[in-house]
Amino acid sequence: MKIAIASGKGGTGKTMVATSMAAALAPIHNIQMLDCDVEAPNAHLFLNPTINEIKPASINIPTIDYEQCILCGQCVDICEFNALALLGDKIEVFEQLCHGCGSCSIHCPVNAITETPRKIGELKFGTFNKNRPFLFGELTISEPMSTPIIRQLKSNMKDDVEVTILDSPPGASCSVVATLHDADYVILVTEPTPFGLHDLKQMIGVISETGSLAGVIINRDGIGDSAVEDFLSKNGYPILMKIPYQENIAEGLASGKLLIDIIPEFEDAFLNLYEMIKEQIHEEIYH
Amino acid sequence: MIIVISSLGKTLESPPNPRFGRTEFFIKYNSEDNTWEALENPAVTQRGGAGIAASQFLVNHNISAAISGHFGPNAYSALNSAKIKMFTFQNNYETVSDVIQAYEQNSLEEA
Repeated sequence: MKIAIASGKGGTGKTMVATSMAAALAPIHNIQMLDCDVEAPNAHLFLNPTINEIKPASINIPTIDYEQCILCGQCVDICEFNALALLGDKIEVFEQLCHGCGSCSIHCPVNAITETPRKIGELKFGTFNKNRPFLFGELTISEPMSTPIIRQLKSNMKDDVEVTILDSPPGASCSVVATLHDADYVILVTEPTPFGLHDLKQMIGVISETGSLAGVIINRDGIGDSAVEDFLSKNGYPILMKIPYQENIAEGLASGKLLIDIIPEFEDAFLNLYEMIKEQIHEEIYH
Repeated sequence: MIIVISSLGKTLESPPNPRFGRTEFFIKYNSEDNTWEALENPAVTQRGGAGIAASQFLVNHNISAAISGHFGPNAYSALNSAKIKMFTFQNNYETVSDVIQAYEQNSLEEA
């Protein structure tokens, strides 16, 4: 079972929710934690995993052999991402635009293109809570493309666990879709503000495409207005939990504490939430 | 000498477009015989790499110089490799004609 935590708007509390849920479940359930926010991974700061393996994440970019190349430009035409250009007597490769799809080398009529790995970041594997797998990716600073590293991270997931928690990047674009497209349940974290609502609607748009079950956690409850709750009741999305807007929560998080250590009642709340989600997934599958 | 100017419209009286990669049109101007034509920029709808796609499009049109408000790093690199000169204009030109005139008086800055 895969549960992803996403938000649309950044800074709404995805990692706060994901890390506290992971920490609450880890002593009793066979879980693994994936931090897919590869541009700014920070779940490890809260769960303090022991990292015991680091692997490079790379994409395959084209290298042109000019002994073979006939400058026909077919590779340029086929490239969906404009990563190649035929300029005078050479093919220029714009490495940072290349998605590593390999279409250019497949289409080259004279086999002049070989694919060479280019490192774009690192995959880090370890454990937290004694032996629960903890995986995260880290995109190299200045690299623009996070989806390949998220895909590679996910291909290293253990499949003999009861539940995988995926901490998603912010936004509602490719990297988020790469994280949650195969999730069984998506927890959307939002805040009761116009900005929170706007981005929540975008995420609900994404989820209606991926077809996952979803529910909403309202963070910073007590600020803003009731528009988020009105929207949710009108559209039939359940409110899973409310986390109050309190200074001691902000202070605790800033010093690296988990929400369940700042307000211990949340430990049971996350355990109950997990049981509720599990039931809902089973119902979806068997009915 | 054939040059192009990024333009918001299809005529010499159109306002020049400060954007290169995602400009709607290029006005292609031949300074030998004062003829011109408007080219629709196929790169305007690209999701990414518009500067490169626009450069590739212009390279296929055998131009000697490109004029715009700004060239991004990828477009600069592509046009530079193709030995196409780049000139930039500020916001003080109302029409593509004005930009051409400034170019012919050598008052545009080379990028």
